[in-house]
Amino acid sequence: MSDSTQHIASAFDRDLEGIQGQIMKMGGLVEAAILDAAQSLADRDEEMAEKVRAGDKAIDELEELINETAARVIALRAPTAIDLRVVLSVMKISANLERIGDYAKNMAKRTSVLVQMSPINGSHAALRRMAREVQMMLKDALDAYIQRDAELALDVIQRDRDVDQMYNALFREFLTFMMEDPRNITACMHLHFIAKNTERMGDHVTSIAEQVVYLVTGQMPDDQRPKGDNVSFDMPDAKD
Amino acid sequence: MYDAPNLETRVTQTNTKITARGVQVFYGEKQALQDVNVDILDNTVTAFIGPSGCGKSTFLRCLNRMNDTIASARVEGEILLDGENIYDKRVDPVQLRAKVGMVFQKPNPFPKSIYDNVAYGPKIHGLTRSKAELDQIVEESLRKAALWKEVKDRLTEAGTGLSGGQQQRLCIARAIATAPEVLLMDEPCSALDPIATAQVEELIDELRASFSVVIVTHSMQQAARVSQKTAFFHLGNLVEYGDTSHIFTNPSDPRTESYITGRIG
Amino acid sequence: MTDSTSAQSPAPAKVRTSLLTQNALMKKRNAAEARFKAYGVAAICVSLSVLAIMLWTIFSDGVSAFKQATLSFPVTLDADALDPKGNRDRAEMMRVTTIGYTKLLNAQLLAHLEARGISTEGVTDKDVAAFISRDTPARVRDMVLEQPALLGQTIEVSGFATGRIDGYLKGRVTRDTAERDTNISVAQLDLADRMQAEGILAAKFNWSFLTAPDASDQRPEAAGLGVALIGSAYMMALVVIMVLPLGVAASIYLEEFAPKNRWTDIIEVNISNLAAVPSIVYGILGLAIFINFAKFPQSSPLVGALVLTLMTLPTIIIATRAAIRAVPPSIRDAALGVGASKMQTVFHHVLPLAAPGILTGTILGLASALGETAPLLLIGMVAFVANYPASPLDGGVLDPATALPVQVYSWASRSDPAFIERSAGAIIVLLAFLVTMNIIAIILRRRFERRW
Repeated sequence: MSDSTQHIASAFDRDLEGIQGQIMKMGGLVEAAILDAAQSLADRDEEMAEKVRAGDKAIDELEELINETAARVIALRAPTAIDLRVVLSVMKISANLERIGDYAKNMAKRTSVLVQMSPINGSHAALRRMAREVQMMLKDALDAYIQRDAELALDVIQRDRDVDQMYNALFREFLTFMMEDPRNITACMHLHFIAKNTERMGDHVTSIAEQVVYLVTGQMPDDQRPKGDNVSFDMPDAKD
Repeated sequence: MYDAPNLETRVTQTNTKITARGVQVFYGEKQALQDVNVDILDNTVTAFIGPSGCGKSTFLRCLNRMNDTIASARVEGEILLDGENIYDKRVDPVQLRAKVGMVFQKPNPFPKSIYDNVAYGPKIHGLTRSKAELDQIVEESLRKAALWKEVKDRLTEAGTGLSGGQQQRLCIARAIATAPEVLLMDEPCSALDPIATAQVEELIDELRASFSVVIVTHSMQQAARVSQKTAFFHLGNLVEYGDTSHIFTNPSDPRTESYITGRIG
Repeated sequence: MTDSTSAQSPAPAKVRTSLLTQNALMKKRNAAEARFKAYGVAAICVSLSVLAIMLWTIFSDGVSAFKQATLSFPVTLDADALDPKGNRDRAEMMRVTTIGYTKLLNAQLLAHLEARGISTEGVTDKDVAAFISRDTPARVRDMVLEQPALLGQTIEVSGFATGRIDGYLKGRVTRDTAERDTNISVAQLDLADRMQAEGILAAKFNWSFLTAPDASDQRPEAAGLGVALIGSAYMMALVVIMVLPLGVAASIYLEEFAPKNRWTDIIEVNISNLAAVPSIVYGILGLAIFINFAKFPQSSPLVGALVLTLMTLPTIIIATRAAIRAVPPSIRDAALGVGASKMQTVFHHVLPLAAPGILTGTILGLASALGETAPLLLIGMVAFVANYPASPLDGGVLDPATALPVQVYSWASRSDPAFIERSAGAIIVLLAFLVTMNIIAIILRRRFERRW
């Protein structure tokens, strides 16, 4: 791997390591946010939800810092080849991470609202599983990034299909709940949005994994991103 | 979880080493520099950039009074090194040049042995009392110039037998052997190939821990890579002076921006 | 921006000329170049042939000076005749003048001829005695006075034959010229043949040509370059000692330290002028100042050296300045940048690098000074000097001496053809020195040029 040997100008190495370190830090914060948000939903823990919402600020600040730093590295170092891809990928990944963080914050916000209402049985476990799956994908994507492992990244891209499947299942489940008891509609709508956001998180993680492939191979992977969610096209029969 | 290492962006608060106020330089009737005011900081690499003929080399040569060797040159204004005006009548330029060293564009080692090249400065300034001390200074200077490993077995060979990059590093070793406080470099890499250039730039980065470095360069990219503070000269005027990252990402003066983006010569 | 080509008439078709044929212009140019080359070669040929002719003339005339007709026969140093008092006292022995030795040698030669059975038919005893050069008895006398122990012994004396015999052996004197010559007869020439056949008379290599002092008209065979060589050597040594420091110091000052103003410009112009002044003017200058005003001894190497120094000084200054200017300014900048003062820069860096150029210039200046005649004539070095100057420590530089080129001149103006031959020989020696010095200059220049 050509970026494992050092530059003659050691300051350049330090700059690159700096921004990659920042990305990993941001990734860590986002992973924690996902897990905490899911946990707070499952446990109906308002305090934790509040913590997640407050924590999003740090994530946004990191994104801004990363962009600033990346711009500086481009202006001062004029990176080429793999160094350029490192910097460009860092900028894109930070944008994706920031969106994931926003979704986690949104999840926490809705959790605060849901806590006021009576719980809906059966959904939280699935939601937590989904969140957990997304968090695992994110962790693997970041590992793939730091280890420059394109195989792992491609694997992460494939796993998004599972997340999409989980979303489909939850969607049907919520429809069922809503049709069963109209008093559930508000809560189910919130839960649905949570599920949708989690599915979107998975898409962003996929995007991160694609950046990893671009970084390692120099090309974006073929657009074979699995589109598992077919709910838009496949409307269940209302009469069921 | 990864820790973000310390980024080399901001210059920590350091002392001012050289203060220039109202400096004007004339070559005969022609004015080469107008009213230059700048503070050069210690332990910092300051880059002077600008198009050809803008006065950056002229100003650099004022800092160690090399302009004295040009008969028609006249310098006005004051330049203070640690508070002392270097153009004061009582200052001997020879003594000044032991404190303010210079490295030139084309590597110019003396046609003597490598050892003698580095030892010459300390000898004539009487900085050592014994041969052992001189040996030590030579070794230290060559180490700091990242040349020791390559030449330690051939110190008696002629300095002119080295490659271009090695010769320039020898000239740097020679300049730092007199333990200067400021090191002036006039386009030191323009005669070198890219690898040698990168080695010298890395060396400059290491040297700034020991003293203040002022480098004139016609390569903006080099200034961007190597310096913490940058001064942009244009037509004999100092247009802008500030942090390097600021100048290269968002310069204050439109002329600076034009030059950096390649819109004016 | 529309395509306007359609509105124009079609451009004439471009004819491509072949590279394989030369057009008229090229042919003319090549012819001119060939003509020019021919002129150059012709010029070189003419120069070389003139040089060849000159060298051949000199060598054919001068090589014979290195050989001299020598008589070798045993001589019994009769103690009674040479040391009448018998006490080996030098002062007493000195009373026996060369005449006494001459008589002894003459008798011994006659006896030897008889002993060897060489007939002296047609030649009187006096004429046989005339074979021996007047120089030989003087030499034998000097030898005996140095080593009185030789008295009574029989030694092999090897002395010069007289000028005419030498001329005969070298072909200047033939039987035809001998008939008209009062100093030599045909019978003597026949005797010479017989003596040569027996090995008594032979042409041997003449070392004394290089070591002996000048000799009078009566014995040209004994004349040598000894004094001239010593005189030239003293002068060259003195010139080097005087001109190098003066010339180099003046040059360094003018080049490095002097302010660039009107005065220094005037000085520069005048130095170039001085280099072009005819050398005889320096002779007049030397006469006026050193001999008439300062009252230095005339004809001494010191005065000669002073005059030659003045002559060579402009050349050295110009050569030194060129050498100093050739040192690249980057070296000076480097030295100044390290904090060397002007003096240190000049003496530690510029001078060592300029040294080869200075050296070459000095050697060439010396070589041309070696060959200068006119100024030396004016200060009196043309005098006839028969004694070696003393060693320099004993004030030898003030003793009268002569110089190589002056010796050439003075021999060439004497009547005896033996002197003419010797002047050609001296020219050969002079040329040898000049060529050697030039070769040394070239070698030194080559050796030091590779430095940087």
